[in-house]
Amino acid sequence: MKRLGSFLLYLSLALVAIFQIFPIVWLFLFSLKDNREIFSGDPFALPSQFRWENYTKVWEGGIGIYFWNSVWITALAILFTVLFASMATFAITRMKWKLSKLVLGLCMVGMMIPIHSSIIPLFKMFLNVNLIDSPWSIVITYTAYNLPITIMILLGFYYTLPREIEEAAIIDGCSVPQMFFRIILPMTIPVMSTTVIINMIYNWNEFVFVNTFISSDHYKTLTVGIQNFIGQYMTDWGAIGATLVISVLPILLAFIFFSNKVVEGLSSSAVKG
Amino acid sequence: MSNKWIIAFYVLPALLLIGIFIFIPLALSGYYGFMDWDGIGAMTFIGLENYTAALQDVKFWDSAWHSFLLAIFSTLSLLIYLAIALILASKIKGSDLLRKIYLIPMLLSSVAIAQLWIKIYNPTSGMLNQILLKIGVENPPAWLAETSIVLYAIFIPILWQYAGFYILIYYAALKNIPDSIIEAARIDGASPVQIALRIKLPLIMGIVKVTIVLAVVGSLKYFDLIYVMTGGGPNSASEVMASYMYKLAFDTNNFGYGSAIGFLLLIITLVVTYIVRKLTATKEEIQY
Repeated sequence: MKRLGSFLLYLSLALVAIFQIFPIVWLFLFSLKDNREIFSGDPFALPSQFRWENYTKVWEGGIGIYFWNSVWITALAILFTVLFASMATFAITRMKWKLSKLVLGLCMVGMMIPIHSSIIPLFKMFLNVNLIDSPWSIVITYTAYNLPITIMILLGFYYTLPREIEEAAIIDGCSVPQMFFRIILPMTIPVMSTTVIINMIYNWNEFVFVNTFISSDHYKTLTVGIQNFIGQYMTDWGAIGATLVISVLPILLAFIFFSNKVVEGLSSSAVKG
Repeated sequence: MSNKWIIAFYVLPALLLIGIFIFIPLALSGYYGFMDWDGIGAMTFIGLENYTAALQDVKFWDSAWHSFLLAIFSTLSLLIYLAIALILASKIKGSDLLRKIYLIPMLLSSVAIAQLWIKIYNPTSGMLNQILLKIGVENPPAWLAETSIVLYAIFIPILWQYAGFYILIYYAALKNIPDSIIEAARIDGASPVQIALRIKLPLIMGIVKVTIVLAVVGSLKYFDLIYVMTGGGPNSASEVMASYMYKLAFDTNNFGYGSAIGFLLLIITLVVTYIVRKLTATKEEIQY
């Protein structure tokens, strides 16, 4: 009886795992097939021959440009977000001033608000300063909208940093910037890496800002790029599959190597919210 | 360290970015809601016209109803996630790996998820109908093309996407319960089911309440997935507040009216968050 019970428990967990993973396996399989094979009816048959040409075809057909745009926009926004968030968290946790509660409150609310309530005014702001259809509008927006969550994740770690180190640094004649950049920042590398990976997932996957602010093909990132692209290859499922696999691969690879960081970041982002 | 200039140096970049790009636009959205504006030309002040129009707009209320339904579905699905987490946290071998497998869909962009599920739901060549045909179901439906099914069909990928996230949160909370409490209950003769429902569940109620807020607020904000999968169709059957607002502004250049709807979306989100928080308010923090 007990054995049957635990068998059923494992079975239910395994079924959930299959439900979670099979659509992605299926995607990978059909990205290596041609239409004849895909439509022949067996969704989980291995490709009779691995058609990697689906991948080279879409990469050279334009996905490459979107991919590199995603890479540099994601990276630059991460750099700004993590730097500014670290500085702000440092000020909030280490300095005595009246408004630190206010800044925290703004972060809490900022994490919750629907971006659709601000997108029209943002569009007009960027239009006024000629940043519509410029990748900078995207970098700025990503930086701003990821600051609240990044500060919330950093906060807990900063509170645990021992103050003695800073006091010793000041006594040794360290200036505040020296102390921050040479001593504090290196000490926060574990939590910074968590925020980097969470920011990476958010930026890489973001859709609506790019879709709204960018119209030229050569500035589009993957999420919006694959939309047009899939329109183009409407009936070529292998090409669509390859496009989707390329778009999700960097995040999946990051997850394989840093899964603990992702788990840590996602759980702290939720609980603080 | 309380020199004003030093503090300003550290906090201003973040504060200005958050203020200028998150909060000022929110206020402006309410303001633009008073305007007749096509997004390019001049704005004309028309008072409350957009807001009163919105309150009488059947399409807006339909989209709000769909958002509300998604919020209900999402909240109910928390029960499934909670059950899985309870099983997973009961000394299961490989729970770490399983948790990570469950999380994979959460890492994909909503656009990729939407495109993938469009293919899964494809009436003739999709994975779902191919499987259904194999096991003998005749004439499986065209999932995304039927007004009576489409909202449920859209909810499945949402369930799929967020499962790992909520399981992860519940699992972490469950693992925080000290073993001594569970051990004491076991010695007193409590069955595993009793331990799960009577001891573990009440102890993680605080987190459960947080996830209810997350699920409800998240549902009110759903956009990407629906916009890509169905564009709100067929015949507005899957339109939600955010997609309706977006279409008004960026497809039909009705920026004034779109701003009003966007501002109402903000108000509704804040009010709903407040109500859910009140309904689930914790009286005391649990101390171990």
